[in-house]
Amino acid sequence: MDNIIEEFTGSEYKYGFVTNVETDTIGKGLNEDVIRTISAKKEEPDWLLEFRLKAYRHWLTMKMPRWAQLDIPDIDYQDIVYYAAPKQKENRSWEEVDPELKATFDKLGIPLSEQMALSGVAVDAVMDSVSVKTTFKDSLAERGIIFCSFSEAVKNHPDLIRKYLGSVVPYNDNYFAALNSAVFSDGSFVYIPKGVRCPMELSTYFRINARNTGQFERTLIVAEDDAYVSYLEGCTAPQRDENQLHAAIVEIIVEKNAEVKYSTVQNWYPGDKDGKGGIYNFVTKRGLCRGENARLIWAQVETGSAITWKYPSTILKGDGSVSEFYSVAVTNNYQQADTGTKMIHIGNNTRSRIVSKGISAGFSSNSYRGKVKVVKSCQHARNYSQCDSLLLGDKCGAHTFPYLEIENSTAQVEHEATTSKIGEDQIFYCNQRGISTEDAVGLIIKGYAGDVLNKMPMEFAVEAQKLLQISLEGSVG
Amino acid sequence: MSDFEKINTDFTTLFLDGRALLDAGNSAVMNSCRKEAFRKFLDLGGIPHEQEEYRYLKLLPLFDKDYHVVLKYIRQEVDLNETFRCTVTDLVTNPVLTVNGWWFDGNLKPEIPEEVVVCSMQEASVKYPDLFVRHYNHYVTAARKDSLVALNTAFAQDGVFVYVPDDVVMERPLQIINLLRAKADLMGFQRNLIVLGRNAKATILVCDHTLSEHDFLINNATEVYLGPNAHMEYYQVQNQHLGASQINSLFVSQQRHAVFDSNLVTLYGGVIRNNLYVALNEEGGECHLYGLYIQDKKQVVDNYSYIDHIAPRCVSNEHFKGVLDDAAMANFCGCIRVRPDAQKTEAYQANHNLLLTDTTRVNAKPQLIIDADDVKCSHGATVGQIDEEAMFYLRSRGISLEEARMMMMFGFAHDIIQRVKLEPLRVKLDDLIDKRLRGEMSKCYNCIMQCKKS
Repeated sequence: MDNIIEEFTGSEYKYGFVTNVETDTIGKGLNEDVIRTISAKKEEPDWLLEFRLKAYRHWLTMKMPRWAQLDIPDIDYQDIVYYAAPKQKENRSWEEVDPELKATFDKLGIPLSEQMALSGVAVDAVMDSVSVKTTFKDSLAERGIIFCSFSEAVKNHPDLIRKYLGSVVPYNDNYFAALNSAVFSDGSFVYIPKGVRCPMELSTYFRINARNTGQFERTLIVAEDDAYVSYLEGCTAPQRDENQLHAAIVEIIVEKNAEVKYSTVQNWYPGDKDGKGGIYNFVTKRGLCRGENARLIWAQVETGSAITWKYPSTILKGDGSVSEFYSVAVTNNYQQADTGTKMIHIGNNTRSRIVSKGISAGFSSNSYRGKVKVVKSCQHARNYSQCDSLLLGDKCGAHTFPYLEIENSTAQVEHEATTSKIGEDQIFYCNQRGISTEDAVGLIIKGYAGDVLNKMPMEFAVEAQKLLQISLEGSVG
Repeated sequence: MSDFEKINTDFTTLFLDGRALLDAGNSAVMNSCRKEAFRKFLDLGGIPHEQEEYRYLKLLPLFDKDYHVVLKYIRQEVDLNETFRCTVTDLVTNPVLTVNGWWFDGNLKPEIPEEVVVCSMQEASVKYPDLFVRHYNHYVTAARKDSLVALNTAFAQDGVFVYVPDDVVMERPLQIINLLRAKADLMGFQRNLIVLGRNAKATILVCDHTLSEHDFLINNATEVYLGPNAHMEYYQVQNQHLGASQINSLFVSQQRHAVFDSNLVTLYGGVIRNNLYVALNEEGGECHLYGLYIQDKKQVVDNYSYIDHIAPRCVSNEHFKGVLDDAAMANFCGCIRVRPDAQKTEAYQANHNLLLTDTTRVNAKPQLIIDADDVKCSHGATVGQIDEEAMFYLRSRGISLEEARMMMMFGFAHDIIQRVKLEPLRVKLDDLIDKRLRGEMSKCYNCIMQCKKS
């Protein structure tokens, strides 16, 4: 059985290649001039520069939070390149895009080219800090849907950006949100007008390519009344020995009767077997169900990153709004994860459901941290949380830190957690029926994570399934 | 200077000025720990105000009062044995009293097996120095980050010492009655040490009461050592008044196959913080922690527990339930830690809360920190209301609304009380809870102290 563990924990990170494109980078370091440079390079309006500077000045007054169940080495913020863009010509037709870049995204299996229209996914690909190409933009525009890079949105829809930027995650929200607000370089912007159902899945693919860069993107999704959108996010990075920082912000606004589904498959480079290198994934994701009966669904599969630290959260403000959170977090070797969600119940009759499945192997540490808060004025809130941990190996850790803060007696809040390992008897049962140990473990893990994987959109479910197999199958404790 | 800084400075002044009094007449062992403990208190930032462990408990209003601190024993002018009578029908105990954290000098000699020692800490440190040195201040170290426990070590001068030697069974329960009685607002410290040898067995019942209407803040720490195969039942009933607040810490160190059963019933008090630290040091240990809190008005109860599974094959079981009315607040933080080598651990934890009004608050933080793979651990927490369907069932059988509610709440609470193994105490507690839920004074039948401040 040990061999099987070896085999799987030993499987290589397959997205660890580097793309040789010329990049336009600025020097290392962080100060007001760097921020001004970034802003100037992106030809931003003054108010946005002000926003950045305000965030930066606030960030200077803040201290790196240390409360998480994570061992984070000190980060030298002056040793990071805050802006790196693949160099390319102005004209952005598909033929003009750097072939190296195309090849990269082909390798990643992203249907970037519009000829691959059959795959039916509109993609905004972000390499290092800059959005490289957005597909299907025109066909989406016909329905009034805006799906473009953040920088384009700043230029073409400044009033929308100005209205919503920082409205869910204010610049002073937390340490990394402040840093991101100061130096964010690009990201995606989605706007679904009233009554429109987005006909296809929208997707962003993030990739860190250049050395020593940090990726600080911002995603802003606005769904007006009765709108619907399903949004996917995927991430990879090359294999490098040093750690790289990824501090993103995702803001989602869901209006009356609208529905947003946000799915993530996070597969940043997790570092090698000895814990060397890898991405620090410190992300602030938050959605606001502003209107009545708004609906926000988070689904995530977290397999990558040396350190994952994020809590996709929902503020349930509109009466009757609903939020669901489904997560599978896998840690192996020396990976660390402290992830979970926050559900803040403000509106009456709001409902939330949390299903979190942690799988830890190797020497990793995997924590669920979640908060359910019901404010005093919120009547008849309902929450159900379930967080299970599966331990594969006796050197790893699985931790659970739920916080339940209830101020109204009509609330019904339940929290359940279990920790277990794959039972010898389960394996034995499968073996007996001619299923190899390896397949049996895969089967059991699939079943264990099934609740969450079923919530992923089709296109991602396949990828997520594969990722789980790569990361874990066969490692029996 | 912030209020916290001011309070911390006051403590420093008190510690430095009172050092001579603190040391006078006390054991060298206790005195030798003071300085370091006080430094730890300061290093941890003094009174906790932003610490994760005290996240939901506002301590400032508790400490921001002009308390008197008594640094030497004041002889009580009345016989407390007469003044205070706890009558639990049919329950024969050996009562010992403490007053404001001090061993009461008029304590009657308890009827215990002659090998068993029950005396004041001061006396124990002189008569049994070996035992004292071996155990005193060894188990509180589990609270690495709790400055209030360090404060207790720095200031505590007396308390109850219990020693049950190897193979001795103390049949009759020992009842420790902690009384608070003063002519002014008072802050007190108490430190107890309980040592059970190999195969020893004891039952201890702790009752907290107030005998006067002033505000009290008592910081109480108890260290318990359970030798191999020892068995201890520990019951604590907290029944005070709204002005009486408590920081109550219990540290249990369990050796091979030792069993610790506890039941903590919080009926009345101002702000009550209970810290329960259990260390399962050797294989086969078992601990069962039960707790019940019934809160109304502006009471606050904050239960914190930390169960440390250090050795393999230990079992822990924790269940806390509470009923909250008016503007009461209840916090529960339970942490189960399973160390890397503690395979085959079984650890269960549950917290259930019943809310009766919209002004109540509940914060629950059930935590699992697990570093071993072959374990069975689970935790659960719920917050909810009385089941409508069950109410309908009762109502449809002609039971009045009020009575049906009472029956439901009583059933909810009885879940915990049924775990009490001493039958007379169980009956008594059921009775107290029934009265408490009906809003009557939850005083014992013959208690002459009918505090108006409740």
